[in-house]
Amino acid sequence: MRLILISLLALCLAAVVGVGITWMTATKGTDLGTLTIGAWTARPKTGTADIDPYSRATIVRNGELPIGTGDGVAFTATTDDSRKPLDGRCDVIVSGVTPAARFWTLTLYDGKGHLVANALQRYGFTSQEIVRGADGAFEIRVASRSRAGNWLPTGGLERYALMLRLYDTPVGVATRTQRDAPMPAIATVGCP
Amino acid sequence: MIRLLYTIVAGVLLGLVVHLVSVLALPRIATQDAYSRLTPLTQLNAVTALPSADPGNALMPFMDPAFATAICRYDLSGGAIKLAVPVSQAYTSVSFYTRNEIAYYAINDRSAGRKVIELDLMTEAQHNELPEDEEITAADRLIIDSPTATGLIVMKALAPEPGLMPQAQASLAAASCKVQTDVPPKQAKR
Repeated sequence: MRLILISLLALCLAAVVGVGITWMTATKGTDLGTLTIGAWTARPKTGTADIDPYSRATIVRNGELPIGTGDGVAFTATTDDSRKPLDGRCDVIVSGVTPAARFWTLTLYDGKGHLVANALQRYGFTSQEIVRGADGAFEIRVASRSRAGNWLPTGGLERYALMLRLYDTPVGVATRTQRDAPMPAIATVGCP
Repeated sequence: MIRLLYTIVAGVLLGLVVHLVSVLALPRIATQDAYSRLTPLTQLNAVTALPSADPGNALMPFMDPAFATAICRYDLSGGAIKLAVPVSQAYTSVSFYTRNEIAYYAINDRSAGRKVIELDLMTEAQHNELPEDEEITAADRLIIDSPTATGLIVMKALAPEPGLMPQAQASLAAASCKVQTDVPPKQAKR
């Protein structure tokens, strides 16, 4: 009787621990093969056949299609440069330059990867439509209320994610540092 | 007491095994993966345009709203697939995914270097069966080996400004994806 009870306990523990760790890694992701530059994170290997099992599990669970390496690379940011989570009620400025690429797009998503509805139907910018300064640098204002220049509306969401996708770019599996890939800075400049 | 401790250690070790097995099994047992989501919307071995990404249509997460997208869901068991995608003005790319969403190959308009991206997609077995002389005459046709018999081809065309979206969609509408017949392929126009 006691043996049955104890083995039952061990099996229950195994199921909870095993499924628990799997659930956590599939929802939060792991640090396997990540490339972090400033506030931006990319997993260039998800676009190749050498993708790690954890990223595969995450991708399949979310139902997304990772961007292929011959196409481009995607960087995500959920915090600003000082590690403060991106807050849609604040004014956030994304500024500077981007790594070499034929085109890039910057898109705002909610926590589940969906676009955020707004009256302008402005969900992001492409490298071609952005207004730049004389030196080629740009400044995007991510805010809930209308702003002059490149305004990206947040819809007042509490948490959001920014995704910078580089298309036809040398940035990829071999990229290591900011010098290879100068990423734009993200700064929170004011909260109501 | 010691026995309880052993039980916990055994439970945790067994839990790690469960974790490894479940992570490796997840791609096979998931029912809400991209392929399953696209299956009811797309035709087999034909090009289907996807509605453009907007907040009301959450087909897949993290879709790029600046792109027009079309899908060819393929099954190679009936023969190799011939794919032709005309290049749009800004940027066009073609990505290949296995049944379990591994991005095994992707190419863009510049690396294709032509006005039309032309590819033959086949399984490794079909590639090996190609007669050698045909392979020589076909030397300038790009042949891609698919690791699985089924999968997805994703064609994307960039609209650098929202006003150019109809143009990007139109260029994808001219794309074709079909099973290759046994007659020798005609020389495509360049």
